[in-house]
Amino acid sequence: MVGKLLPAASPALSHVATSGSHGEDSPYFAGWRAYDDDPYDAVSNPTGVIQMGLAENQVSFDLLEGFLREHPEAAGWGGAAAGSGVASFRDNALFQDYHGLKTFRKAMASFMEKIRGGKARFDPDRIVLTAGATAANELLTFILANPGDVLLIPTPYYPGFDRDLRWRTGVNIVPVHCHSANGFQVTVAALEAAYEEATAAGMRAAGVLLTNPSNPLGTTMERSVLEDVLDFVVRKNIHLISDEIYSGSVFAAPDLVSLAELVVSRPDVAERVHIVYSLSKDLGLPGFRVGVVYSYNDAVVTTARRMSSFTLVSSQTQKTLAAMLSDDAFALEYIRTNRERLRARHDHMVAGLARAGVPCLGGNAGLFVWMDMRRLLQGRGDEATVADELRLWDLMLHEVKLNISPGSSCHCSEPGWFRVCFANMSLDTLDVALARMGSFMDRWNKATTQPKEH
Amino acid sequence: MAGKPELLSRMAAGDGHGENSSYFDGWKAYDENPFDLHHNRGGVIQMGLAENQLSLDLIEEWSKAHPEASICTAEGASQFKRIANFQDYHGLPEFRQAMAQFMGQVRGWKATFDPDRVVMSGGATGAQETLAFCLANPGEAFLVPTPYYPGFDRDCCWRSGIKLLPIECHSSNDFRLTKEALVTAYESARSSGTVVKGVLITNPSNPLGTTTDRATLAMLATFATEHRVHLICDEIYAGSVFAKPEFVSIAEVVERDVPGADRDLIHIAYSLSKDFGLPGFRVGIVYSFNDAVVACARKMSSFGLVSSQTQHFLAKMLGDEAFMAMFLRESAARLAARNERFTAGLREVGIGCLRSNAGLFSWMDLRGMLRGEKTAEAELELWRVIVRNVKLNVSPGTSFHCREPGWFRVCHANMDDETMEVALDRIRLFVRQHQHQKAKAQRWAAKGHLHLSLQRHAGIASQYHALSSPMAALLSPRSPLVHAAS
Repeated sequence: MVGKLLPAASPALSHVATSGSHGEDSPYFAGWRAYDDDPYDAVSNPTGVIQMGLAENQVSFDLLEGFLREHPEAAGWGGAAAGSGVASFRDNALFQDYHGLKTFRKAMASFMEKIRGGKARFDPDRIVLTAGATAANELLTFILANPGDVLLIPTPYYPGFDRDLRWRTGVNIVPVHCHSANGFQVTVAALEAAYEEATAAGMRAAGVLLTNPSNPLGTTMERSVLEDVLDFVVRKNIHLISDEIYSGSVFAAPDLVSLAELVVSRPDVAERVHIVYSLSKDLGLPGFRVGVVYSYNDAVVTTARRMSSFTLVSSQTQKTLAAMLSDDAFALEYIRTNRERLRARHDHMVAGLARAGVPCLGGNAGLFVWMDMRRLLQGRGDEATVADELRLWDLMLHEVKLNISPGSSCHCSEPGWFRVCFANMSLDTLDVALARMGSFMDRWNKATTQPKEH
Repeated sequence: MAGKPELLSRMAAGDGHGENSSYFDGWKAYDENPFDLHHNRGGVIQMGLAENQLSLDLIEEWSKAHPEASICTAEGASQFKRIANFQDYHGLPEFRQAMAQFMGQVRGWKATFDPDRVVMSGGATGAQETLAFCLANPGEAFLVPTPYYPGFDRDCCWRSGIKLLPIECHSSNDFRLTKEALVTAYESARSSGTVVKGVLITNPSNPLGTTTDRATLAMLATFATEHRVHLICDEIYAGSVFAKPEFVSIAEVVERDVPGADRDLIHIAYSLSKDFGLPGFRVGIVYSFNDAVVACARKMSSFGLVSSQTQHFLAKMLGDEAFMAMFLRESAARLAARNERFTAGLREVGIGCLRSNAGLFSWMDLRGMLRGEKTAEAELELWRVIVRNVKLNVSPGTSFHCREPGWFRVCHANMDDETMEVALDRIRLFVRQHQHQKAKAQRWAAKGHLHLSLQRHAGIASQYHALSSPMAALLSPRSPLVHAAS
C-alpha cells in the first residue's frame, strides 16, 4: 500500500481562479441564496421568499408551447420540411460549423428586424452565435480590449457585467455616473468625466457599453442621447457595444431606437458599432443558451466567429428555434402578444406599488421596475449611504421576504433604488408580493409618523 | 476627422486562432470541391475531420423510440417550461447524474464518478480552455506529448495566454511517452525560466489512435505529485476503443494504482463529440478531483453552458444503461471493422500505419515517400500533392507538432463504406504510380542517367510529382534519383 508520496501542498490555481472577480460575493447573489434556502410556494411554503431578483420572462411560454403543439414537424427530426433546413438527425448532430445553421441565422436576423419594426435590416452573415449573451459580451471584450484597458459603462448597470466583462479578460470597468435628476440618462459630461478618470489612471478606454433597453432601469434610450454617445465614441476613436437583449420587451412609448437604426443614417461610424442580442429575455429561453454578436466590422465578425468555437449554440437548439422563428406569422404574433402581457404586468406592478406609496422610475421596457425607496432612507439628517440601502435590502429580504436587487449592486450612484422583477412569477404570486409591500409600507409609515419623544 | 478605431485587441489581431496552420488549409480545399458519392466523385474526400459517423443510426433510432426525451414533442411538452427556463450552471441534476454514470460505464465500471464534480463547458474546446484559465497564469506552460491535436494551441492558449511546450515522442518506440522525455521537457522549460503548471495528455491519443498504458499513467500521476504540477487527461475518445489493450483511465489509476497521488492535481476533460458523433450538441465536461477547480470551472461554465434542451435529451439517453451498453459495443465493433478495412487496404500497397486500438483515424507512415531529406518541407510538399492531386484531405504530421516528418493522420470513421473504398482506390493508385516512377528512375540511374529533370517528362510529373526516396518499408534503401519538378 503506497502512502501519500510527498506531503507537499498542491500548486496554487491561477490568479483568475483565485480572484474574486467571479462576482459571487455580492448581495445580488446573496439574495439568490436566501431564496434557495426558503423559496416561496403558494401551497407548501406561503411565507417563503418571493424571487423578484431574477429577470426572467415567464409570461409567454404558452405561445411557444402552442407553436410546438401545432407544428409537430418542427418538434421531431422531420427534416427539411420542418423549415429547419437540416436534412436529418445525423446532419444536425454532426453540424458543428461555427458559422451556425444558415436557416437559424436567417431566422434570427428576421426576428431582430421584426422587433425593430423593420427600421433596420440585419445581415444573417454578420450574425455570430454564442452560448448566451454572457458569452457574447465576454467575447466582444476579448476582441476589442487588451488586458488593462477599460470599458465605460453607464450606471446603474447589470451586476453580471462585473464578472462577464472583467473576470477572464483582465479588462476593467469605469462607471459613467447617471442620476435620477434627469431620469438616469447618459450625458456627454458624464462620458467625458469617465474617460478622464480612465486616462488619469493610465488606462486606455477601449469602448462604451450601453444596455438599451436598460437593465435595471427598464427604459429605452432617447435618440438624441444615442447620437451623443455615437459622437463621443467617434471623437475618442473607440468602440460602442449596444447590448439590446431586452429589445423585444419594449411595451410602451417611446419606441426602441436601436443602434442598428442609427448606423443606417451614419455609415461612417458602423465599424465601431457592435450589437449583442439573446433569446433569454424576449423568448424566455435562458436555458437554451442563444446569444448573438452582431458587428458591422468585418474583422470583428471573423474573429468573433472563430472565438465562438468556445461557446457554440447546440445544433439541436438551433434547429428547433429556426423552425419557430422562420414562421413569420408566429414571430409577429409572439412579439405583439408578449409585449401586451409585459405591459399588463408592468402596469399592474406599478399600480400596486403606487397604492403602497412606493414610486418607480417611469419605464417602458424590460422585465422589472426601478423602484424608488429613497424616502425610507431619509430622516436621519445625514445623506443616505450604501450601508443604509443594504440595511433596507436586508430587511426586505429577511422580514418582508422579497428578494429584490439593491441599486448598489448595480453601481447606482444614489442609494435607495431597487430593481424588482415582475415577469418571472404568476400573477397570483405577484399579488402576494404587492400585498407584502403594502403591509410593510403601512407598518413603516405608522412607525415613522409616531409622535416623537421630546 | 476621426480615424478608424484601434481596430482589435492584440489577442484578436494575432493568429492565436490557429487557422493559419496547414491543418486547416486542407479543409479549405475540401470546402471548395467536396466529394459526393453521387454528384461529385472527383471531389476532395474529407479525411481530416475526426468524426464518428458510423453509429448515428443507433442514436436516431433511440430518439425516435423515446419522444419524451425531446421537450418539443407531445410526450415531452410538459417539461418544456421547466427546461427552457433552467439556466443554473450546476446543470440539470439528472444530466449530471446520467453523465457521471455513463463515464463510469464507458470505463467498464473500473472507476466511479461523482455527479457533483461534473461541470459543463462549450464542448471539449471549452473544457480545455477552462482548465487552462483555472490552472495556469499567462506565460506559464503545460507540457504536451507530441504529436498532439492542433486545436490545443488555440483551445489552451489563445485567450488564456498560457503556453504549450512539447514532450518529444518518437516512432522508435511507437511514440510512447517516456519518463526521460517528460523529464527532459520539464527541465528544459524550467532552465529557460518558464513555469510549468501542468502536463496535458490525450488518452486515447489523437492522432496516434493508441491508448496509454497503466504504467505510463502511474508514472505521470507520480511525476505530477512529486513535482507539484497538474495532470490534465483529455479522455474524449474513451468510448472509441475497439481493440485490446483495454482503456485505462487516469481515474482508475489514481483510485487503484497510485492511491498516494495528490488528487488535487488530477483533471479529466470529456465530451460527447467523438464517442457519440454528436459534435453539434456541444457537450463538454470538466471533471476535476480538486474542489476549488470544480467550483471555479463551474462559475466559468456560464460562458459555455450546454443547452438545457440538449441536457434533457442526453440525461434520458445516457441514463438508458442498456442502450448505452449496446451502443458502446456496437460502435466499437464498427470502428474496429472500419479500421481493419482501411489499414488492410493500405497494406496492399505497402503502406503501414501505427498499430491502433482506438480513435477515428489512422496514423499513416509515408516517410518512405518523402522526396530527399525527411524534412517538414518535404512532408508538406507530399501533403500538397495528396490534397491537390490525389484529392484527399489528410492531415500532415507536422501540423500535430510531430518531430518526424512523413506521418499523416487519416480519418476514416466520417464516411460510408463506398466513400472509403474510393479513398483507398485513390491512395493505392497514387502509391503504385509512385512506385512505378521510382522503379523507372532506378533503371535510368542504373544506366548512368544520374540526373534527370522531370521537366522533360512533364506529363507524368505534373500529375504526381514523382518522388525520389523509396518507401522505407518495402523498397531498397534510398538512392539519389529523379528530382521532381517543383
